[in-house]
Amino acid sequence: MSDVPALLVDGLRVEYPTPGGAPVVAVSDLSMSIAAGEIHAVVGESGAGKSTVGHAILGILEPPGRAVRGSIQVAGTALDLVSGTARGIVRGRDIGAVFQDPMTSLNPLFTIEVQIGEAMRHHLGLGRAEARARSLALLEAVGIPEPERRLAHYPHQLSGGQRQRVVIAAALACEPRLIIADEPTTALDVSVQAQILALLRKLAKERGVGIMLVTHNMGVVAEIADRVTIMRRGMVVESGPVLDVLTRPQQDYSRDLIASVPPVAQRLERFATPDQATQRGAAARARIASALHGIAGLDTAGDVPLLEVRRLCVEFGGGSRWRPGRTAPFRAVDDVSLTIRRGEILGLVGESGSGKSTIANAVAGLIPPTAGQVLLAGSEVSKARRAGGAAGLRRAIQMVFQDPYSSLNPRLRVSTTLCEPILFYRLADTAAQAQDDMRTLLEAVGLDPAMGERFPHAFSGGQRQRVSVARALAARPALLICDEPTSSLDVSVQAQVLNLLKDLREATGLAMLFISHDLAVVRQMCDRVVVLKNGRVCEQADTETLFESPSHPYTRELMQLVPRLDAVTRRFPPEGARGAV
Amino acid sequence: MTMWATVPWSVRLAALVALGLLLAALAAPWLAAIDPTDLRNFNLADAELPPAFVEDGDPRFPLGTDNQGRDLLSAILYGARVSIAIGAAAVLTALTIGVTLGLVAGYVGGRVDAVIMRVADVILSFPTILLALLVAGVARALLPEAEAARLAPFVLVGAIGVHDWVQYARTVRAATMVERSRDYVRAAQVIGLPARRILFSHILPNVVGPVLVIGTVHLAGAVLTEATLSFLGVGMPPTDPSLGTLIRIGNEFIFSGIWWIAAFPALMLVVLVLAVNVVGDWLRDRFNPKLRGRT
Repeated sequence: MSDVPALLVDGLRVEYPTPGGAPVVAVSDLSMSIAAGEIHAVVGESGAGKSTVGHAILGILEPPGRAVRGSIQVAGTALDLVSGTARGIVRGRDIGAVFQDPMTSLNPLFTIEVQIGEAMRHHLGLGRAEARARSLALLEAVGIPEPERRLAHYPHQLSGGQRQRVVIAAALACEPRLIIADEPTTALDVSVQAQILALLRKLAKERGVGIMLVTHNMGVVAEIADRVTIMRRGMVVESGPVLDVLTRPQQDYSRDLIASVPPVAQRLERFATPDQATQRGAAARARIASALHGIAGLDTAGDVPLLEVRRLCVEFGGGSRWRPGRTAPFRAVDDVSLTIRRGEILGLVGESGSGKSTIANAVAGLIPPTAGQVLLAGSEVSKARRAGGAAGLRRAIQMVFQDPYSSLNPRLRVSTTLCEPILFYRLADTAAQAQDDMRTLLEAVGLDPAMGERFPHAFSGGQRQRVSVARALAARPALLICDEPTSSLDVSVQAQVLNLLKDLREATGLAMLFISHDLAVVRQMCDRVVVLKNGRVCEQADTETLFESPSHPYTRELMQLVPRLDAVTRRFPPEGARGAV
Repeated sequence: MTMWATVPWSVRLAALVALGLLLAALAAPWLAAIDPTDLRNFNLADAELPPAFVEDGDPRFPLGTDNQGRDLLSAILYGARVSIAIGAAAVLTALTIGVTLGLVAGYVGGRVDAVIMRVADVILSFPTILLALLVAGVARALLPEAEAARLAPFVLVGAIGVHDWVQYARTVRAATMVERSRDYVRAAQVIGLPARRILFSHILPNVVGPVLVIGTVHLAGAVLTEATLSFLGVGMPPTDPSLGTLIRIGNEFIFSGIWWIAAFPALMLVVLVLAVNVVGDWLRDRFNPKLRGRT
């Protein structure tokens, strides 16, 4: 290992020229250095310019973006900012890249051997046999079992985690001095994420590679980074050793950002987020509360739970009655039973493929159960949802979706979207009254009622999610299904939306089915939690019981693997204790 | 305004020409000297007079007269009106059928989709003109002689529309299948809206853009098909001539040196179709993200 830093950036400025206007500054005056063997995390919310930094170093800025000022040195050699190259520095040889989505960063038409070996044969001039030998060693180094067999495989034969390992192996192929890892674990489940993070840590240490880790996840930073740079709107807010920045942030923005991260270890009443929008509208929420009750047949007190899912099974594929398929059907949900009482928030957690969303769709009546029943106050949802069913039951279950960008019809004004269920179910007597209701709804979710006249593209992700909540409330439901409502939002916006949902629940006593892969979020939101794995229920318990003393091994494993902020104090214990990991 | 600045000169010119011709055709009753469909304007004494700028030309008839002694300029203006009206009606018919079937096929899927798309495949395996001839021929045989002239435009619209809907259906079906899985459609389903409403007020506005572009390109094609059918004698009757009918009439006289009866309507047809095509192609490229940035 040498003293030459793997990366030295000084005064970098990246601009995107706009036709006939001032250029958009994506990154301004950024300086950082990454020593060999060091993991330097670059964090920030969307639009912070963190990915742009990585792209500038790799020379893959999207046109017309260009680095207009500053200097970049990789392992002591200066890069030409215009072409992204320099004598002696070759992208793919001296700088490796790992991107977010392992599903798309490998070419589906080539075998693993070709994809890893390509760079070595091209850059290092190795022969086929040599490249193969080194590919084998690399696969072994990144922890892929049976590397011989895997070399002949195509990407689709590997799982997401394995593909990301292959991508990392390919990035390491020519022994680069620097790896740019742009959200390398964002698309992965926590258990796989933990493995990949451990792998990056190990590689940095053993091979002396500098790693620039671009991420939005503070927990990941706390788990593996040595140094961290917090960015906002293209500028560095704060930079320093990870322990200092995370435990003693100097800037207000860093403090707010860190405070917005939901802790998995404890339950907060509200997130400390400077958010005027959510606090507004308490009066509107109270007005909505009175309107929400009064669906005939649902409010009757009694022993019947609001929602009861009995031995639900959902299968996909396997052909139809007329055309039997050759493959066995895939069982996405397998014998799941759960209940939601009035006013209760039930959490549904699990990794991808655990059947969370399928259960949500079955409860909402969007897909028919293969076996079992979904009962809303004792009557079957799939029947009630048909046109003949009582209107009250048909609108009793509403949903908030994950992706704020596809959940609103781009061609309809927000007011039209919100008025539609009101008018369709004749919940208002006149159109003017529907408009009034629409404004109340917008107020209740913390938006300015005048914004109703705009189209969805004028709203930010968080605002869209608020509109989505308002639309769900417009039908005056008895049960709200939230399917990963905050997982595509920035952490500070997530805190605001979670605060909003908490406020709504407080004001209206609305029951919710809250689906998330994020244990920390679930802990903040839910009264009871159901843990799913491969379509089956692992464990079902009160939130506090579950988090304090999980009984199922899978639950314990999940809890252990969640990247958490306090990991940083575990890694760097206070003076007197032993050194870092 | 910024958008207009990016439009190339050729397209601007074509748009002006197309617009001018469309307006002239629309305003034919006011622009034309005579009404060529009125039998009182048939005057064999004036028949086959050459254009005014040629020797022996008559200043009353700037482009000469046809074999019935009608002013050719008036006949062309009226003829263009008939051609464009039939073309536009055929496109509208095809668009309505195609968009509806495409929406249903894409949204419902399964066997409904299979049936609609197989019918579409069968229709696509016939050449446009052959299918149109078939429809026009059958219609002619079935309809009473007396009604034939009056119903001719409707037969033409049907004959052209029966083939052209397939492209709209395919385009809309593909777009619908994409939109169907978006969350706003799921939200509408969860609200409990009926499928008809989801299709027409939620999905349709999001898939209709490319369809309108295809419509422009098809307008030129439909005008051509109409002209072809009329030229072959299964289209508009000589008493209510379209551009194709005029060309057919002129075709009989071309070897006796009376070139203008065929030439001027043909020129009008070429310019009209070319202008509409240039605009349509530009729109198609403009709204096709894959081609954006190329020229």
